[in-house]
Amino acid sequence: MSGAPGSAGDGPPVIRCEGLVHVYPGGVRAVDGVDLEIRAGERVAIIGQNGSGKTSLVLHWNGLLRPTEGLVLIDGADAAERRVAQLARTVGIEFQDPDRQIFAGRCRTEVAFGARNAGLRGGALEAAVDGALEAVGLTDAADTNPYDLGYSRRKLLALAGILAMGTPVVVLDEPTTGQDARGVARIQQVVADLADAGRTVVTISHDMRFVAETFDRVVVMGTGKVLLDGTSAQVFAEAAWPTLHSTFLEPPVASRVGARLRVGSTPTESALVDVLTGRT
Amino acid sequence: MLELRSVYYRYPGYARQVLLDVNLRLDDGQIVGLVGPNEAGKSTLCLVASGLAPASVGGVLGGEVLVDGTVMAGLPTHELATRVGIVFQNPNTQRSGVSGTVFEEIALGPVNLGLPVGETVERTRWAMATLRIEALADRNPMRLSGGQAQLVAIASILAMRPRHLVLDEPTAQLDPEGSRLVGDALRALAGTGTALLIAEHKVDLLDTICDRLIVIDAGRIVLDDRAPAAFESPVLEAAGVEAPSRIRLGRALAARGITIPEGALA
Repeated sequence: MSGAPGSAGDGPPVIRCEGLVHVYPGGVRAVDGVDLEIRAGERVAIIGQNGSGKTSLVLHWNGLLRPTEGLVLIDGADAAERRVAQLARTVGIEFQDPDRQIFAGRCRTEVAFGARNAGLRGGALEAAVDGALEAVGLTDAADTNPYDLGYSRRKLLALAGILAMGTPVVVLDEPTTGQDARGVARIQQVVADLADAGRTVVTISHDMRFVAETFDRVVVMGTGKVLLDGTSAQVFAEAAWPTLHSTFLEPPVASRVGARLRVGSTPTESALVDVLTGRT
Repeated sequence: MLELRSVYYRYPGYARQVLLDVNLRLDDGQIVGLVGPNEAGKSTLCLVASGLAPASVGGVLGGEVLVDGTVMAGLPTHELATRVGIVFQNPNTQRSGVSGTVFEEIALGPVNLGLPVGETVERTRWAMATLRIEALADRNPMRLSGGQAQLVAIASILAMRPRHLVLDEPTAQLDPEGSRLVGDALRALAGTGTALLIAEHKVDLLDTICDRLIVIDAGRIVLDDRAPAAFESPVLEAAGVEAPSRIRLGRALAARGITIPEGALA
């Protein structure tokens, strides 16, 4: 199985990992021989049990972690030869915990920080900040202190900070955590808009419904290795369930219902309704 | 039993009431689910129900919070902590920072309760086995993945076996299997008589474990009803909360005149 057919996966490779291994001090082998290629414009979800190495893998893409063994290529160039500040112009990562990221006293200042580091100034900087705040629905909170926002809006603020940087690759680590239905819909719109603009979006998520509805390609990790890599219809098909269970995952509800009704792999509710409508 | 009687609450330095006339009862052995849109007051209600607000957080409380009939405001913090447990949304808030290993971190609660060593060890092992995190026993609590840290935070509270337990999105960072294990563990805890309040966005999880469901919107309780009937209420959608998958899918199919075998959505 490889990238989704018909998806925007035919661009040049933007991220390439070859035999990537990462061993933390203390001996935990978080990434254990990963070969992975992501092409420009792809929408890729990385799923897998807690501690399966998902976050450790993506932290290599902007140099926050360096390989113990193997190679990471960003835009075809060896990441080992580039500093974090350089890599961060290509790969923007929204952390799982927004409080690791947020430090400013005003939302607007917070969002501008990364964009300024990315080289934006003056009107371009203002436009990037305004656009990012609007995309996550925080225009009204621009002058608020980030810590006056609840957890769900702090997560969206952290996302805005990454969007404003305008990086070709955007990585979202558990973006839907703490979001209500409207918040999840907003994030789905952000992903769609990024993809329309030709940017590459990678997410790490435990939200199987969000993954199946929003991403073309799904990479399944377990104990530091890639176990499956394919379309959501392939990865959530009944034949793959034993592998999913081995890494503490369960297919989306729509997949389980589709399997029970023997109508094939239906990873999304709309796919299930469509196939059932076609049959009646 | 934990009871809130016409509770109002505002944070220190703010004029706005975040909770408005909240009445709520947690009966022993029952799991009550708490849902609502972002910023509706779910986390605040968790802080108030656990006694952390206003005692530790500050702010102004109106009305009364009672634990087993005693007004919380009169209880010293150490006594309150033995009666009501809380699990936070962000496990980093909870970590003690003093333990060298996950085992020590989880044992800290029972030790602070003054339990004998034998029981402390037994409870710590039980909590780890329940959430299947035995393999993390010797790991440094500071070097865990987000989901592992969350499981350790929950195990730490399970080991204390509180009579009342408030959880603010306990499974936010967990893989599906981890969420299910936490659900099973909470059901088991309720089986021993503990009263639980769980704020969660995962309605599918609540659907499988709750005895009652509460919907909060803009600081007010807009629904308080028995599960599973409560999950069918139009109040959920009006408050921006989705119904569980089984109900949503059933409605989508019914709208197209499709009938499927009974039980296929369960």
